[in-house]
Amino acid sequence: MKQLILILTLLLVPVLAQAIDSRQLPTPEQQGAYDSLTAELRCLVCQNQTIADSNAELAADLRRQVYEMLEKGQSKEAILQFMTDRYGDFVLYKPPFKAKTGLLWLGPALFLVLGLLAVFWVIKQKKAAQSPEQGQAEKLAKIRRLLDEGDAS
Amino acid sequence: MLKYVLPLVLFIIMAVFLAIGLNLKPSEIPSPLLNKPAPVFAAPKLQAPQEKLSPADLKGQVWLFNVWASWCVSCREEHPVLNQLAQQKAVVIIGLNYKDDPAAAQTWLDTLGNPYTISIMDQDGRVGLDWGVYGVPETFVMDKKGIVRYKHTGPVMADDVQRIFLPLIAQLQAEAP
Repeated sequence: MKQLILILTLLLVPVLAQAIDSRQLPTPEQQGAYDSLTAELRCLVCQNQTIADSNAELAADLRRQVYEMLEKGQSKEAILQFMTDRYGDFVLYKPPFKAKTGLLWLGPALFLVLGLLAVFWVIKQKKAAQSPEQGQAEKLAKIRRLLDEGDAS
Repeated sequence: MLKYVLPLVLFIIMAVFLAIGLNLKPSEIPSPLLNKPAPVFAAPKLQAPQEKLSPADLKGQVWLFNVWASWCVSCREEHPVLNQLAQQKAVVIIGLNYKDDPAAAQTWLDTLGNPYTISIMDQDGRVGLDWGVYGVPETFVMDKKGIVRYKHTGPVMADDVQRIFLPLIAQLQAEAP
């Protein structure tokens, strides 16, 4: 039993593992800002990682920059502006909504609408192909024709 | 008829998008610095650390700002091209020795030749950060007013010099200071 508890406790260690280089800021607000900023800035060398996740030297430099700016009391917006001035919108994992990124933001909704339109169109086509009244009318006509033919003979 | 044409059309649209996606180069990030003034710095010169250089010192000249390091493999590939460009004396080449050991950098210049009029040191990468450097080597073309006119990411090859750099330099040299 003791061994099991020990094993389970050891399994918790990765959960407690800190970011690559954890930094402590004086206030919880600043710490929160640091954590959220490093999680939403892209590392430009290893492009699918945030600077919080990346081991690249550039990511370390960017983390240091974020830390220093927060320490000086700068706002999150000022830091994001600083980064986009140097690296462009690409550095942001949450790109701003503007003309250039419009398609990126509206794309999913656009595809949903297109998909719904396609679905309605297909349903309408199918319905038109076999509408019940039309089928009924055809059947009646056939019956009448057969009856007429029967009378004639 | 539509039944047969529609899948074909959809396939063509998809193929076009995939082809565009395949040909994009995500490692080449457009620089927001284009057509903006050079980020300010005052960095020590590699070969005379007590002296500093800032972009203001280069006003009135067309210059290349080449980010390099002795640890950078592609810089070795680009180096002979820069040496040759320096020999043509068409443009001033300033080097930014990025996150490098000064002794290693000096050895590099001694053994491979020095195309730079001046190299400055950026050991902690702060100047590089201000310039949006993310992958060494990078080369900026600066005009006489100190405005960034072009940025090249990755090694400059002989073909790039002929096709892009020399025409642009000639154009910028002709501009009024």
